[in-house]
Amino acid sequence: MGDQPSVLEMRGITKRFPTGTLANDAIDLDVRRGEIHALLGENGAGKSTLMNILYGLVPPDAGEILIDGQPVTIRDPADAIARGIGMVHQHFMLVPVLSVAENVVLGNEIVRAGQLLDLGEAAQRIKLFAEKLGFDVDPFSRIDQLSVGQQQRVEILKAIYRNARILVLDEPTAVLTPQETREIFEVFRRLRSEGASVIFISHKLDEVLAIADRITVIRRGKVVGSRRPTETNENELAELMVGRAVNLRVDRGRSHPGEIALEVAGLRAKDDRGHEALRGLDLVVRAGEIVGIAGVAGNGQDEIVESLMGLRRPTAGTIRMAGHDLTRATVDQRRDRGMSFVPADRHRFGLVLTYPIDDNLALTRYADPPFAGGFAGIVRNFRAIAANAVRLMKEFDIRASGPKALAATLSGGNQQKVIVAREFGQEVKLLVLDQPTRGLDVGSIEFIHKQVIARRDHGAAVLLVSAELDEVLELSDRVLVVFRGNIVGSFAAEEAQREKIGLLMATGAARA
Amino acid sequence: MEWLGTFLRLIWELAVYLVTVLPDMLPIILFLATPLALGALCGVIGERSGVVNIGIEGIMLTAAFFGYLTGFALHNAIGSGPSLALGIVVSVFVGALLGLVHAWLTVSVRADQIIAGTMMNIAAFGVTGYLNRLIITPSGLGGAGVITPFHLPDGVANLPLVGPILVMFFDQGPIAMSVLFIVIALQIALFRTKWGLRTRAVGEHPKAADTVGIDVYRQRYQNVIFGCALAGLAGAFLTLESTGSFQNGMTGGRGFIALAAMIFGRWTPIGAFGGALLFGTATALGVVINVRVPEGDLGTVLKSIPTFWYAALPYLMTIVILAGVVGRSTPPAADGVPYVKEGKS
Amino acid sequence: MTRVRTFARQIWQVASIPLLAIVLAFIVAAVVIVVSSVFTSSGFEPLLPLAAYGSLLAGAFGSGTGIANTLVAAAPLILGGLAVGLGFKAGLFNIGVAGQFLVGAFGAAVVGARLADAPAAVAVPLAMVAGALGGAAFGFIPGFLKARTGAHEVVTTIMLNNAAVLLLTWAVNDLVRAPGFSFPRTGEIGNSALPVLLGRNLHLGIPLAVLTVFVVRWLLERTTIGFEIRTVGQNPNAARYAGMRPIFIIALTMTLSGLLAGVAGAIQMLGVIGFYAPGITASVGFDSIAVALLGRSNPIGILFAAILFGAFRAGAPLMQIETSVPIEVIDIIQALVILFLAADLIVRRVFRIRAPKVELTELKTVTQSWGGAASGTPPP
Repeated sequence: MGDQPSVLEMRGITKRFPTGTLANDAIDLDVRRGEIHALLGENGAGKSTLMNILYGLVPPDAGEILIDGQPVTIRDPADAIARGIGMVHQHFMLVPVLSVAENVVLGNEIVRAGQLLDLGEAAQRIKLFAEKLGFDVDPFSRIDQLSVGQQQRVEILKAIYRNARILVLDEPTAVLTPQETREIFEVFRRLRSEGASVIFISHKLDEVLAIADRITVIRRGKVVGSRRPTETNENELAELMVGRAVNLRVDRGRSHPGEIALEVAGLRAKDDRGHEALRGLDLVVRAGEIVGIAGVAGNGQDEIVESLMGLRRPTAGTIRMAGHDLTRATVDQRRDRGMSFVPADRHRFGLVLTYPIDDNLALTRYADPPFAGGFAGIVRNFRAIAANAVRLMKEFDIRASGPKALAATLSGGNQQKVIVAREFGQEVKLLVLDQPTRGLDVGSIEFIHKQVIARRDHGAAVLLVSAELDEVLELSDRVLVVFRGNIVGSFAAEEAQREKIGLLMATGAARA
Repeated sequence: MEWLGTFLRLIWELAVYLVTVLPDMLPIILFLATPLALGALCGVIGERSGVVNIGIEGIMLTAAFFGYLTGFALHNAIGSGPSLALGIVVSVFVGALLGLVHAWLTVSVRADQIIAGTMMNIAAFGVTGYLNRLIITPSGLGGAGVITPFHLPDGVANLPLVGPILVMFFDQGPIAMSVLFIVIALQIALFRTKWGLRTRAVGEHPKAADTVGIDVYRQRYQNVIFGCALAGLAGAFLTLESTGSFQNGMTGGRGFIALAAMIFGRWTPIGAFGGALLFGTATALGVVINVRVPEGDLGTVLKSIPTFWYAALPYLMTIVILAGVVGRSTPPAADGVPYVKEGKS
Repeated sequence: MTRVRTFARQIWQVASIPLLAIVLAFIVAAVVIVVSSVFTSSGFEPLLPLAAYGSLLAGAFGSGTGIANTLVAAAPLILGGLAVGLGFKAGLFNIGVAGQFLVGAFGAAVVGARLADAPAAVAVPLAMVAGALGGAAFGFIPGFLKARTGAHEVVTTIMLNNAAVLLLTWAVNDLVRAPGFSFPRTGEIGNSALPVLLGRNLHLGIPLAVLTVFVVRWLLERTTIGFEIRTVGQNPNAARYAGMRPIFIIALTMTLSGLLAGVAGAIQMLGVIGFYAPGITASVGFDSIAVALLGRSNPIGILFAAILFGAFRAGAPLMQIETSVPIEVIDIIQALVILFLAADLIVRRVFRIRAPKVELTELKTVTQSWGGAASGTPPP
């Protein structure tokens, strides 16, 4: 590659969010002209935040940005665009009902007589750019009729149309097929030969090694290394990405698996947009064991949990619990059989933030004794609800001003503890946990992990879904890997190796 | 089996009747549809950019009143014609002003859009009733009258086929005549101009528009104000072109029927116009049946249906459309959702 | 002493914004009155609002008759406010109180006329039930449509309001017209009239309305049904997760709401008006919305707000007679109250009140956690 001049330098970028998280900690980044530069890191490492700062979506707390050696201030996306920075977000910023041409020119329209759109001229330019980049596009097709790969190329066209010289892509291959990935890499090469620079954010080791000229690895908000692909390999990168230090040391002890508690066979389900999310998924969980599902977010985990909870109807397959078919059972019926759930989105599903803690602790059994009783079973028993709250708050060490404190006033950790306290009852037979410690502080995480193991030792079957590989490896007696709606790997805890599982998560195949 | 024969015969007679009556009905249809169409266009422009406005009824009423008030106050001083023209201007201005209030409440203050619209309706009834009782009723005087409608020459009006259609659109007052042009202009504007593109983007995916540098707030303000100016024009029609007088609550639910027309028309200007014509037809039918009574068995059947069904038809149709169509016709994706710029609050 | 202080502060926290909204509304309305007095024959009168408000107060509370009128006017507003407030609790906006009220009044009038000669102990309850069922039916329709098809209850209820007026006009004209009167109306209700207590026109409906306040409060706060209604309103997703059925709750709440509005119509019919004739209108529809918003959807708050608005309605005629300020100024005040409640930023700015979120964040520091205690290991 030689030493081209730097087209972009970010120095000492620091950003702390109001919640207290230090997303970027004095990050330095250096991108050369005509280079494909990869930003590698786990979920939540801080890569997206860094690029949002570059694009003017988020102001940095400290640090400076230089373009072509000149310091610049980027206050909003318009500034970034004016400086030649284009961004393709992970969630596309395309208006689905508008055409390719309309989306590309939006904000920089080509007009005749002041207002009339000249889409013909726009279409011509679009076709020209596309040709240069080596692909084909129909400027008049609607976005929602295009494949994801095609939509992504439209996003790139948007940036090129605005004369971007630095193109940032956030997890571009997360939603692509292998074929589409090859195609987009070809586009990157063409961009490079035109003199543009491509920064792409990813956690996929094999791709990064295949296409990037240089790789910067970020972990927990800090840069931990910068390499050329020729100087490194997947194992080293994985180690840099995920790190050695394990922050939580919980003694899992031995599990004593018993009867089969949960049996899922051939489960098929669609996601919210109507695409197939689960493609004939099978899994088994026994009483007294913790089964963890590892996987990159968006490979069907939400749909698995929702189908188990009863909030999503599968299109095929069965869910059996201790022999009973619960595929079409209501949420209540599942609870009656001893199922408990800790949902991923605790504000949306797990709690009613405007209710006090005691109501939230009784939320899922509000209509049953002892929480409700007299007069045809509709009168609530406040004494029982309060006693329950006092007991659980003590048992689970929920810090609040009292059982009447509103859930909204609790910290994230305590909110999660409320949900956990509610769901981790003595009689629970199957516990389904979805991202149970996301966004929590160290102490709460440790606490919840201990509780999970306690339940397992009591004989409950536990299914854990988490995007945090560390958590899965630490807690699970058996590790499953989910990829594109199927289980692609199953390991006993002793056989589970981080690198092997990481590869399965990222590629669905055991070999790179 | 005999009833089946009678039933079919009645259907046939109904069809024949409708065809004979249609030429006379057409101008009435457009006349009745005008305020609905303008109100629906107000709804379309606002909702296409993401702002829900259920206060169209109140805006129409207030504009109607102030237009009437202008004519009432000035027609002795400057004559009927000029005072009516000025009245239209005032109505449109009042509409735009109320649009500004609604935009401020929904876009800047981010109040609940439904409550903001309801407040507009209640305020309209209150203010117009108050001023009506305070100023107009005690005076015992009348308004400036009604704008003289244009009349096509008989030669044109009597052309076969084309004639009745021309009569429908051009044998009307100025506001009713302008509706067709406004509809066409807006249809073109919404789908082929820079303004229209930005409007649709802001209503479907404001974040995407924001990331390419479009000012979402400003776009919404512009649209709501302009749309409500049209609602003001609808108000002017009611008092200055239609009745020549003002009664408390004279809008009679038209602002809400306009919303149904908008939904029926899938948030397009032409579709909304079609919806307004549909409602106009339903009401016109009730009028025509009483004026040109059909003969024979059909007449007996139609007359035995209580009149209130005809009067209630627009309202019932609105309910049916909302229940049946709204599930299948999708509003702009960001409709009704206040937009908050990320990172700044 | 501090207990009284804390109690007073709690009341202030809840009631401050509504009270100040009313004050601000009166101030703005005063400006309107002054400005519009320019256009009247008596010309510009800067002190007119004072006189007007004085008469308003006198008409509402200044005499025994006044107070009685206030309570009589308040009774349907209590029930209407409860109807709207109950809907709000479930996240629904029932603007159909006007139509449900009329249907309830009609039902009570018709059944009441039929039972005019029956013993009062039979006639009155049956007529009331008829009113309740009529209102419930007109609440069920939009509720069912919303639950099943998503049809927005704001538009469907308003359409039903208009349709109800037409339907009932036809019904009085053609179906149940009582003979012997010069205009179309239902018959005399005789024994179905609500008995009068404590003299004047204070009818049984008034204590009934007050009782309903406590019944609704009991329902919302102490029963599982009330819990379901509130949860669906606060977080429908969490409601599903908790095993509730939002579709059923929505239909049920609208039906109950309509039922309350129907009872409002029934007591107005059986306690005050006595017969149904075309052209009966009621400001109860919009008044109930203002009452519910003022009372913050809380039954006790609604009780006070209803008495306040009852005072306005009772005192307005005297104000109009004495000062020529039209009674529609109450509608203007009502709209202003709603405006200020919806955009409560304005009230806060004007009166320099801090937003309550400040108090919430103050509590936050108490709840920072180090989760180690229960497991016995100290934090790292």
